[in-house]
Amino acid sequence: MLKDITLGQYFPGNTIVHRLDPRTKLLMTLLYIVTLFLCKWFVSYGIMLAFLITAIALSKIRPKALFKGLKPLIIIIIFTAVINLFYTDGRVLVEFWIFKITAEGIRNAFFLVLRIMMLVTGTFLLTYTTSPIALTDGLESLLSPLKKIHFPVHELAMMMSIALRFIPTLIEETDKIMSAQKARGADFETGNIFRRAKALIPILVPLFVSAFRRADELATAMECRCYHGGEGRTKLKQLRYHTRDVLCLLLGAALLAGVIVLRQFSL
Amino acid sequence: MAAIIEVRNLCHTYSVGTPFEHDAIKQINFNVEKGEFLGVIGHTGSGKSTLIQHLNGLLKPTSGDVLLGGESIWKDKQTTRRARFRVGLVFQYPEYQLFEDTVFQDIAFGPKNMGLSEEEIRRRVLRAADFAGVKQASLDKSPFDLSGGQKRRVAIAGVIAMEPEIVIFDEPTAGLDPAARASLLDNIGAYQKATGATVLMVSHSMDDVALMADRLLVLNEGQIEMLGTPAQVFAKAERLHQIGLTVPQVTSLFLRLKELGLPVDPATYTVDAAIEQLLRLKGGDAGC
Amino acid sequence: MGNAITMQELLFSYPSQSGGAPVCVFDGLNINIEEGSFVAILGHNGCGKSTFAKQCNAILLPEGGSVQVFGLDTKDEALLLEIRRTVGMVFQNPDNQMVANVVEEDVAFAPENLGVPSEEIRRRVDDALRAVGMYEYRTHAPHLLSGGQKQRVAIAGVIAMQPRCIVLDEPTAMLDPTGREDVMRTIEKLNRENGITVILITHHMTEAIRADRVIVMSEGRILTDGTPKEVFTQVDLLKSAGLDVPATTQIIYELNRQGFDLPLDALSTQECAQALYAALKQTKA
Repeated sequence: MLKDITLGQYFPGNTIVHRLDPRTKLLMTLLYIVTLFLCKWFVSYGIMLAFLITAIALSKIRPKALFKGLKPLIIIIIFTAVINLFYTDGRVLVEFWIFKITAEGIRNAFFLVLRIMMLVTGTFLLTYTTSPIALTDGLESLLSPLKKIHFPVHELAMMMSIALRFIPTLIEETDKIMSAQKARGADFETGNIFRRAKALIPILVPLFVSAFRRADELATAMECRCYHGGEGRTKLKQLRYHTRDVLCLLLGAALLAGVIVLRQFSL
Repeated sequence: MAAIIEVRNLCHTYSVGTPFEHDAIKQINFNVEKGEFLGVIGHTGSGKSTLIQHLNGLLKPTSGDVLLGGESIWKDKQTTRRARFRVGLVFQYPEYQLFEDTVFQDIAFGPKNMGLSEEEIRRRVLRAADFAGVKQASLDKSPFDLSGGQKRRVAIAGVIAMEPEIVIFDEPTAGLDPAARASLLDNIGAYQKATGATVLMVSHSMDDVALMADRLLVLNEGQIEMLGTPAQVFAKAERLHQIGLTVPQVTSLFLRLKELGLPVDPATYTVDAAIEQLLRLKGGDAGC
Repeated sequence: MGNAITMQELLFSYPSQSGGAPVCVFDGLNINIEEGSFVAILGHNGCGKSTFAKQCNAILLPEGGSVQVFGLDTKDEALLLEIRRTVGMVFQNPDNQMVANVVEEDVAFAPENLGVPSEEIRRRVDDALRAVGMYEYRTHAPHLLSGGQKQRVAIAGVIAMQPRCIVLDEPTAMLDPTGREDVMRTIEKLNRENGITVILITHHMTEAIRADRVIVMSEGRILTDGTPKEVFTQVDLLKSAGLDVPATTQIIYELNRQGFDLPLDALSTQECAQALYAALKQTKA
C-alpha cells in the first residue's frame, strides 16, 4: 500500500539528539558528509563509524528502522560495488572470461559500500530525529543571509512546509482514486510498460485536478488568515542555540580536522 | 429469497506488523438478499469503508471470505476481476475520479475495461446516463465544465454503465443541498425499481437511509451492532446514541410522545407514517 | 450594539467561463448583521452564499455599493489586514485550510503572519485550542485527526487572530453526526461566552434552528429574514427555494391542513412533542 512508504519519517522523542537545534543538526549532517568523503582508510572510517553509532545510540532510534531506510537503495549499492569490483585497475587476484578482480577493486568496493551506507544512515538519522517543521525552520534560518541578495528563502521554506503538510493527504487521495478506478475495472498490474504508463492517466488526471483545487482553496484560506509573505512574520517557536549545540558543532569541527590530518598519513 | 452476497467471518487488519496495526473489521457475518436495499450505517472509523471494499474484491480479507452468488470471489484471478464488474462501487465524492475528455468517454471507461463492443458500450452509456440523471446535452461536454451535482451524476453513471448486479453507494449525498439530495435519492430508487439490482447504501445520515432501505446494518468498532428493518433498528434509539449515531427526527419526536404517554409506535421514522398515526389517534379518540 | 457587517446596495458578478456575459450574483444586496448575534444563512448550492462569505473579509470586493466590517470599508486597501483579522473565515473542507503539519503550528499561523511576539502567540494558541477542546491534540499531525477535530482546529486557527466575527462556510458539510455536533457546540460557545459574532452558512435546517436569526437566500436575493420561528413556518416559501423544512414543522404543517390547530413555530423536537401531546390530550378529554 502507498500509505506504508516512509518519506522523511519522523520518530518523536526527547533524547539529546532530538533536542539539538535543527540548525545544528543540519550543519552537523553537512560536516559529517564532507568528512565522510575525506575518509581514506580504516582508521578514519572507524572514527566516523564510532561517531555514527554513538549518535544512533543516543537518539534511541531502533537500528532496524534505519536499515529499513537502506532497503530501497540495495540495488544501487550492489551495482556500484560490482562496477568498482570489476573495473578498477591494479594487482589482479582472480581472472575469468572478460572479468578480473583486483585487490584495489575489492578495497574500493568495500569503502564505497561503507560510505554510501553511512551517508544514508546519517541523513536518515537527521530526518528521523527532527520534525519536518523544525527542519524547514532550521533551513530558513540558516539560509536567511541569502535574503540580502533577494533569494526567496521564506517562500521556499513555506513551500517546503506546505508540501510536507500535503504529502500524506495526497498519498491518501491517490490511494482513493486508484481504488475508485480499479472498481471500474482499471488494471494497473498487467501489460507492458507502455500499457501500464497509459493506465496511469485515470489516476494522474484526477490527482492533478484535485491538487489544483486544493491549492486554490488553501491560498484563499491562507489569505483569510492574514498571510502576506514573510515580511514582519514572527514564529511560535524561536530557534535558540544552547550549550549542547555549541559542543556538538565543536565535535563536528574536530572530526573534520582529525580526518583531514589522518588523510595526510593515508589512514 | 436467495442470498447474493455472503460475508463469512470477515476480518481485516491494517498495517500488519507495524506500530499502526489495527483491526478495522472483525468477525463479520451477514447476507445480502438478491434485490434488497441494504443501508449500512456507522460513524467515522466504524469500518464501513473497509467492509464495502471487500465486497468487490478491492481489499483482500485478512481472514474470512466473501461469496458472490455462492462462489468465493477469491477463488482465482478471473473470479476476483469479475467481481469488480458484478459489484459496482460508487465511492464517496466520486466526482473527483473523473478524467476523460468528454462525459460520454468517462461513463464508457468501465464498460470499455470489460471488453465490450462499441455498440454495446454506446447502449450502456446512454442507459446509465439516463438512470443517473445526466442530461443528454452534457454527453459531449468536458466533465470538468459541469456543476458539482452533475459531476457526481456522471461518476455514478460510470459505475451503473457496467450494469452490475449489486451497486454500492458510499455516502452518495454528502455535501449536496436538500433539493439535490432528494433528487439523487429518487434516481437511485428508480434505478433499483427498474433493474431489480441489489443496492447497498452507506451513510451516517439516518434520514437518508431510513426512507429507502429494506434493512439496516449498523456497524460499531468494526463489528455488527444491529441488523434488521429500519423499525427494528430505530426502536433501539438509546443504543444508537451511545455509538455516536442519531435517529431520524421523526423517531425522536415519537419517542418523546411515547414518554409523554401517548399510545404511539416509537419506531416510526417517516413523516407520512407519523401523520397517519397521529390522525388515526385523533380520529380514533374522537370516535369514542 | 453596532453592526458587525453592513452591506449596502452590493453589486457583484463573476466573469463567465465561456467568455459571454458575466454571471450576476448580487444585484443590490442590503444586509445588516448585528454585533454579537448568531446568524444562519440558508440557501441551495449556487445561491450566492459563498460569494457572500468572501465579501465579508475582502477576499472578494464589491463592484458597486459597499461592504463595511465594524465600520471598516473593505475597499480600503490599507485596512486589508485589519479587516481579515477582525473577520475570521472557516471553510467546508478542513484539509484544504491547514498549512502546517502540527496542530499547534497551524493554529499559530495567523498570529505569526500578524507579527505577534512569540510568548503572546504561545498564549493565544493554547487559549484557542482550549476553547475548541483540542488542547490535548496540540502536537498531533492534522491528517490523523477526524473531520470534526480538524474543523475545530481550523476554528482555533481563526480564534487565534482574536476576531470579532467568524464566518463559517458550510463547516459541517463533510462531517459525521458526532463531528457536526462538536463543531456546532463550539460555535455556540464562542458566540455566547466570547461574544463573537457568528455567521453560519449551511443547508442543514437543524443547524439553522440554533441561530438567533435566519436569512434565506435565493439567486442572490434575500428571500426571507427573521427568527428561526418566523422563517421555518413559511413552509411553501422554503420548499420553493429548494430547501427542506424540519420534519417536525412538516408534520405540524400537514396536520394543520387536516384540521389540527397546532402552533407552527414548535420547532424543536421537545416543543413539537409538547404541542402534539396537548392537542391529542384535548381530543381525548
